[in-house]
Amino acid sequence: MQNSTATPTPASRPAPTPQRTEPPRVPTSSLQPLKPELFGFEEARHLLMRAGFGGSPDQIQLLTRWGLKKSVDYLVDYDDIKYAGDADVRSDIMREPTVEERQEYRQAQARRDEDALARLRLMRQRAQQVDREQMREIQNWWLTRMIETPRPLQEKLTLLWHGHFATSYRTIENSYHMLMQNNFLRKNAAGNFGDLLGGIIRDPAMLAYLNNNNSRKDRPNENLARELMELFSLGVGNYSEDDIKQGARALTGYTFDGNEFVFQQRNHDTGGKTILGVKGNHNGDDFVKIILQKRECARFIAGKLYKHFVNDFPSGRPAFDKVAQGVVDDLARTLSGGRYELRPVLKRLFMSQHFYDPLVRGEQIKSPVQLIVGAVRQLKTPVRDLSVLNDAAERMGQELFFPPSVKGWDGGRAWINTATMFVRQNIMVFLLTGRRPIGRDALADQERFEPGKLLTQLADAYPAVNGGDSTAVLDAMLRFMLGRTNPAGRAALEDFMRSRTGKLDDEGMTQLCMLITSMPEYQLC
Amino acid sequence: MSYDLPLTAFTRRQFLSTGLVMASAAVAVPHFIQASAMGLQRAQPGAKSIPGVNEDNIFVVIQLSGGNDGLNTVVPFGDQAYYRARPGIGVRADRVIKLSKAEEGLHPSLAPLADLYNEGLLGIVQGVGYPNPNRSHFKSMDIWHTAETSGTGEGWLGKYFDSECVGFGAFESGGRGRAPATPATSPKLGKGHNPQIGIAIGASAPLAMKGRAISAVSFESADLFRWTGAGEGDTLAQGYEQITRAGLPAGVDPDSNTGFLTRTALDAQISSDMIRKAVGTRPRTQYPNSELARQLQMVASMIQSKLSTRVYYVSMGGFDTHSGQGGEQGRHANLLGQYAAAIKAFYADLKAQGNDGRVLTMTFSEFGRRVGQNASQGTDHGTAAPMFLTGPMVTPGVLNPHPSLSDLDQGDLKYTVDFRQVYASVLEKWLTADARRILGSKFDPAPIFRKS
Repeated sequence: MQNSTATPTPASRPAPTPQRTEPPRVPTSSLQPLKPELFGFEEARHLLMRAGFGGSPDQIQLLTRWGLKKSVDYLVDYDDIKYAGDADVRSDIMREPTVEERQEYRQAQARRDEDALARLRLMRQRAQQVDREQMREIQNWWLTRMIETPRPLQEKLTLLWHGHFATSYRTIENSYHMLMQNNFLRKNAAGNFGDLLGGIIRDPAMLAYLNNNNSRKDRPNENLARELMELFSLGVGNYSEDDIKQGARALTGYTFDGNEFVFQQRNHDTGGKTILGVKGNHNGDDFVKIILQKRECARFIAGKLYKHFVNDFPSGRPAFDKVAQGVVDDLARTLSGGRYELRPVLKRLFMSQHFYDPLVRGEQIKSPVQLIVGAVRQLKTPVRDLSVLNDAAERMGQELFFPPSVKGWDGGRAWINTATMFVRQNIMVFLLTGRRPIGRDALADQERFEPGKLLTQLADAYPAVNGGDSTAVLDAMLRFMLGRTNPAGRAALEDFMRSRTGKLDDEGMTQLCMLITSMPEYQLC
Repeated sequence: MSYDLPLTAFTRRQFLSTGLVMASAAVAVPHFIQASAMGLQRAQPGAKSIPGVNEDNIFVVIQLSGGNDGLNTVVPFGDQAYYRARPGIGVRADRVIKLSKAEEGLHPSLAPLADLYNEGLLGIVQGVGYPNPNRSHFKSMDIWHTAETSGTGEGWLGKYFDSECVGFGAFESGGRGRAPATPATSPKLGKGHNPQIGIAIGASAPLAMKGRAISAVSFESADLFRWTGAGEGDTLAQGYEQITRAGLPAGVDPDSNTGFLTRTALDAQISSDMIRKAVGTRPRTQYPNSELARQLQMVASMIQSKLSTRVYYVSMGGFDTHSGQGGEQGRHANLLGQYAAAIKAFYADLKAQGNDGRVLTMTFSEFGRRVGQNASQGTDHGTAAPMFLTGPMVTPGVLNPHPSLSDLDQGDLKYTVDFRQVYASVLEKWLTADARRILGSKFDPAPIFRKS
């Protein structure tokens, strides 16, 4: 009976909506620079979101005053901005055992000295434990760096390359190697892609992750050769199984000793190989050079940049994908024309009409890290507890230094499901109020978010806010936090503000922020 | 609310009006949701809206990610070629758990699984694969998930949801959700056939459960499955509900990311209460301490709570054993041990509930590994491997011979059973769906079910 009342009769149902027939609107495909006078508050907000993690109202206003070209130059030519922020870590926790230690172990084995063996094993386990703690510190360090850095694009790119050359601590269990790789990616983040590809086959973490460290000429391991082409440079379908076999031979002997890359001549296959149609006695560096000659490589990397900075690609929306493909091809030409220099491509993209098209803005799903870092940078919430933030990032599917596989993170809609939606909303509640995702009020963080500062800054761009008029405040907040308004969502917020009898104290503003950050649109940037 | 009412199994109308499927498909009409439809909808075992169509059957998928080494799982200990290929990691014949009438045995870590075998609850299909095997984890996993050798398109279980739910959601409710491309009304099955949406335990719903119109609900832990802001006050809770149900504004493309996010937020809110209550049920038996056991325990709790969900999906990783995988002991042995202990505990719980007869479990991995070990005491990506089917309804025993260890394809096993034959059987016999339509072509159903 309950069910029968719960079920609307057909008559009570709205009439079916006719299918749309007009073609969907698509963004412009033009990579011509945006007209300077069109670069306003919303464009500057968009640029800071995509080339970084989002900016405070003051930062957005500054870029607006600078104009398009100066803003893009400032963000992309970031080497001019002073910032150190290096991690202070130990490099020897997971060092290989010394000759003496190895001998000691063998001797203990030979004389079946269980006590000695147990002691040696325990030492190893302790080292692993210390190393896991250091890995957590490095996670916190990177998150802090993303939150604090005056060079947001450098960190955004490092995050892109971390997902592209994905390597997980879970497999390699050496925090210093993870940090070395992270620093390598950061150093070359906006440099030359050829340097990244050439460097990654000499990176201890990657060599261990894809098992190249014990790939020998008599038993080549194909893992690195496969992923070098499939995931790092060419994409599926642009090489053959035989190219993998030959490439694996070229990479034999590429290994590491301690924290250093080592080329072991005796394990390297010096014989002739044909890779991607090129004959020669190739080594791993030749293999990389051969790959870089392929047009597919520039297209693949341009596609990656597009996906990271513009939008899902492919998105499954044919009309959008057609435009995106044109833009990607265009960027690929810039990339190969500039011998894989990344800065010219980034500048061209960040200046372009396509990038600022209203249909491009506010349609990218924030990665978990973007969501967290962006909230702190935009709203100036307290950081509160880095472990809670990293924990949430993990639950949202993006634990730093632990990508799920060598494929990295899928991104886009793959970030979103019913479970991550709650984590996303709840981590915002934590940042704004200190209420933890799990646990009770007793654990709540006492540091307070100060929305008053936000309002003062917003008044610079939206003077109407000064009058204290709640409609003006709501307008400004929605434009700043969402970049747009949704009438139905806005009506809900108005109801909420009325229920607080119009008075917008700090608590009311904080709660308003909680509601805005719970809106589906807040997941977009 | 409706929890205490004697509920009947779903009718088409009820299915349409209640809960998750509708929310997924028809977000543009959120006002259409009635408060009472938000409650927990429970199917009553034994109550069938269509005589002869069993709506109680539940299907659980266990995915072993990374490429489980089939040869060290179901070990062909009678074949010397096995030991020649694996001098360092082969499982010694005297350690293998022998299975009656079979020339293969189980890895010693699978002792709990052998218990299920001895109770007649385990069916083993050997040499399962597909033509032109792909050795990329991702591609091969996608192939298994989509049941297409291209590895593209919707998931096979998603297609099942879609095909069984045609006429529901978008069109009947006047929403703008997209309908399945091929309306698959099945004359053979008739009306009233209505699977509830699937639930995946994990950070995201697997591709297998993503349909064109309908996807699975997914979550890692029930504690995290709610908005914590509601704890800050009633007005906030009301505001949140109003926002989440506001739906898509006019003029916004439902295929856009905004549309997608709006639908997901609505799904999340609706399913939150329902699932948290179900998962809160205490298990009747003891589970081991492992991630897979935790996941299966949650599934058992949801089954006990009589959720009408028909398909659950859990997974376990770590099977990509390129180096140091070990033999009778070691890394791979530990993984197998965790798996076996978890599934044994799961069936003990289901039996205590009286639900074991309703639950079929299928275990698979994206590929097996090469026959020969590599230089790192591990194994590289291979091809065919065994599948496990568990439950009192399965044909117990080893169902077919092991593929040859001497007639290899470039060092890899040649598959003898296409995995889609197993899918076809599950779809037709267990989920009573139109396998041919869902899988896109006709596959001979593998004889995995007992003749009743």
